[in-house]
Amino acid sequence: MDIFLLEAVLNGVMFGGLLALLALGLNLIFGVIDVVWICYAELVMCGMYTIYWLHAVYGVPFPLAAVAAILLVALLGVLLHRIIIEPILGSAPINQLLATGGLLFFLQSFATLLFTTDFRNVGIHLPSLELGDINLGYARILAFAVALVGAAALYLFLARTYLGTAIRAISQDREIMGLMGVDQRRIYLITSAIGGGLAGLAACLLVLQYDVHPFVGLSFGPITFMICVLGGLGNMIGGVIAAFIMAQIIAIGGYELSVEYSEVLAFLVFIVLIMVRPQGILGK
Amino acid sequence: MLEVTGLSADYGSFRALFEVSLGVEAGETVAVIGPNGAGKTTLMRVISGLLPPHSGTLAFEGRSLAGLEAHRIVEAGIAHVPENRRLFPRLTVEENLRMGAYMSSARARFVERRGWVYALFPRLEERRNQLAGTLSGGEQQMCAIARALMSEPRLLLLDEPSAGLAPLVVQQVFDLVRRIREEGFTVLIVEQNVRQVLELVDRAYLLEAGRIALGGTADELKRSDTVRRSYLGL
Amino acid sequence: MNRSWIIAGVGLAALALVPFVASPYVLHIAVQILIFGMIYTAWSFMGRFGLTSIGHGAFLGIGAYTTALLWNLYGVTPWIGIPAGMALSVLLALVIGYPCFHLKIVGHYFALVTLALGQVIALLVIAARDVTGGSLGMTPTQVGESIFAFQFPNRTHFYFIALALWLLVLGVWYWVAYGMRRAALDAIGEDETAAAAAGIDVMREKLRITVISAAITSLGGSVLTQYLMYLNPETVAGVGISLQIVFAAIAGGMYSALGPTVGALLTLTLTESLRILFGTHFIGAANTIYGILLILFIVFLPRGIMGLIEQFSLFRGTREKESRLPL
Repeated sequence: MDIFLLEAVLNGVMFGGLLALLALGLNLIFGVIDVVWICYAELVMCGMYTIYWLHAVYGVPFPLAAVAAILLVALLGVLLHRIIIEPILGSAPINQLLATGGLLFFLQSFATLLFTTDFRNVGIHLPSLELGDINLGYARILAFAVALVGAAALYLFLARTYLGTAIRAISQDREIMGLMGVDQRRIYLITSAIGGGLAGLAACLLVLQYDVHPFVGLSFGPITFMICVLGGLGNMIGGVIAAFIMAQIIAIGGYELSVEYSEVLAFLVFIVLIMVRPQGILGK
Repeated sequence: MLEVTGLSADYGSFRALFEVSLGVEAGETVAVIGPNGAGKTTLMRVISGLLPPHSGTLAFEGRSLAGLEAHRIVEAGIAHVPENRRLFPRLTVEENLRMGAYMSSARARFVERRGWVYALFPRLEERRNQLAGTLSGGEQQMCAIARALMSEPRLLLLDEPSAGLAPLVVQQVFDLVRRIREEGFTVLIVEQNVRQVLELVDRAYLLEAGRIALGGTADELKRSDTVRRSYLGL
Repeated sequence: MNRSWIIAGVGLAALALVPFVASPYVLHIAVQILIFGMIYTAWSFMGRFGLTSIGHGAFLGIGAYTTALLWNLYGVTPWIGIPAGMALSVLLALVIGYPCFHLKIVGHYFALVTLALGQVIALLVIAARDVTGGSLGMTPTQVGESIFAFQFPNRTHFYFIALALWLLVLGVWYWVAYGMRRAALDAIGEDETAAAAAGIDVMREKLRITVISAAITSLGGSVLTQYLMYLNPETVAGVGISLQIVFAAIAGGMYSALGPTVGALLTLTLTESLRILFGTHFIGAANTIYGILLILFIVFLPRGIMGLIEQFSLFRGTREKESRLPL
């Protein structure tokens, strides 16, 4: 096999891990609360700016900045739910999607106001692992590893803890959660925090590889939604599978065509696949 | 133990309960019988907090339950086994039991509780890792009751436990309720299967079109003309 | 009914006078309000019946780029280019709409599919940068005032063209709102299965309204390009403009004829006032406020400004039934 194609495939696998992490957060929110946070990528952007500001501007050590970012975006998730979603939880789901659309505008523009549209780099440049002629950036490898660990942690949390079980249960039968002694509202807030936290974690990984700017969300936001829908909205395993598929399309497409056409291809594939199987790969 | 006075409640836009009053003493087993649409399930839901009442009072062990949300009522000691079982289909039997024991007080004694429940329902223990949605009707009913018992309730609300079950299984379910009764639980049971339930309970109320039409001991109701004609087919 | 006609007549007369009393700057804004009003109204044809699209930038972009590219590359007059763009948009609408409606893709799913559509067009424009100029945009070759080239640097002329088109689109709005189709579409919006059981050809009605919406949006995109004489993928495709369309239509009130145009008035005056107030210091201020307003409107005023006005005022002519549709 062409060695550079192999490199593309490997990069695709690692990119897939990162996309899978993003998809997990979105799917968690959708599966549990039944809302689409269309501004999810913008939450990630907030995390990226937090790390930039703390680490590159104020010299806070990266690990600390990372933790701060995760906590901050988790808090943003809670606020998003409390302030924007809760008041309109009863109305049509599309309204909730649109309201988060408002937040998308707001976050992008607020970031522009604060930081201007300049591209900013956190200034951490990790070297590459060289395997023969193949170069794999350590940043990529790290992102992949952390994403896997994050996914595993989420799985264990959902499968083994009371709270995790309650979160799984609420999407299966919302109404009787109260009869279990579970405060539905609290579960939603905790889930929002976890969804935000996952976005924050993704931000930590992205910031090692890409510059941050107010519209960086547009680079991976729409792709993440496509992945979630492709895997079956709300289905976490489906999202992970779809993430790796999409990542491969983009990686190989980027190698054979061009980076930009590869994304066009990815979206076209999405549209075709959704026509063929609208509920997604693992959707019900 | 439970005192319901003048309770009125709405189901959607129409009134389902009109000034319903009833009582359950500690240790008793009481039934609420009546035709479809009489408001029996609505009554259960108001007591357990799933539905807010329009007016009237609801008191449990002297404490008012007014305005409490469902999860607080569970904490107060009332467990509700809903109509149609309502198990979490994609959780295992044991995970469903865990949900029943979600309250911190119950959680702490989960293992002990679980042991007791499995002793009462050996078939469930065999199926502990099976997805609840794949259980048979009778097993689901047992699982639903077991789940409710995990929170160590002092009052158990059973909503139509025999619904949709084969006659043999219905018998098993009622035997189960008998055993629970023998363990000392207080039970309020809503049922359409009048004949069987009157053999089981101490007292009963007849709810028709949202109003209490009759109330008395099980024997009294068995002998009443209304009940005999309309519900026992005699 | 008489009173409405009088008010309409007065309004029309006032609109006709604008170029003669307004400063060139205000006229410039007025033209844009009419064109964007057209575009937002086109979106509302779908939005008000429960087909919420967050990818209308696709049709806008197709209209804009088809017209501009045909002119720049092959000298094809926009009189052909504009219908060509509309035809392409209609084709796309059918190609996507047919499977979507057949497979009952609605709600979130439908919105996300439309998002993908908007993205594909935007990404395609950027990828084909040799031809389209990519993110930097492109300009239609200028030839001065020319009917053949559909270029009218004289603002007053363009104003009347825009006004005529706007009135045409309003006409289409009334046709949709008061035609026989309306009841069918409302029924579909509320309960598709019941509507189908009642004998309504759900697929055909949905396709019809989608095609109308796509065609007019495309027309708007082309006309906008001919007016501004500049286009880039940010302003005519992609998530940003698609959400802006949604925002404006909702804020103005998508259940009434003038609602979306009110939305255009809102968004344009907002952007312009902010630009005047803050110059280039606060780029991004406009969208920050849009964002907050969109949230506030969805939570508190889902029927938009016109919805509010209709509740309180004399314009009871287009009274809308209390709808359980989205928004």
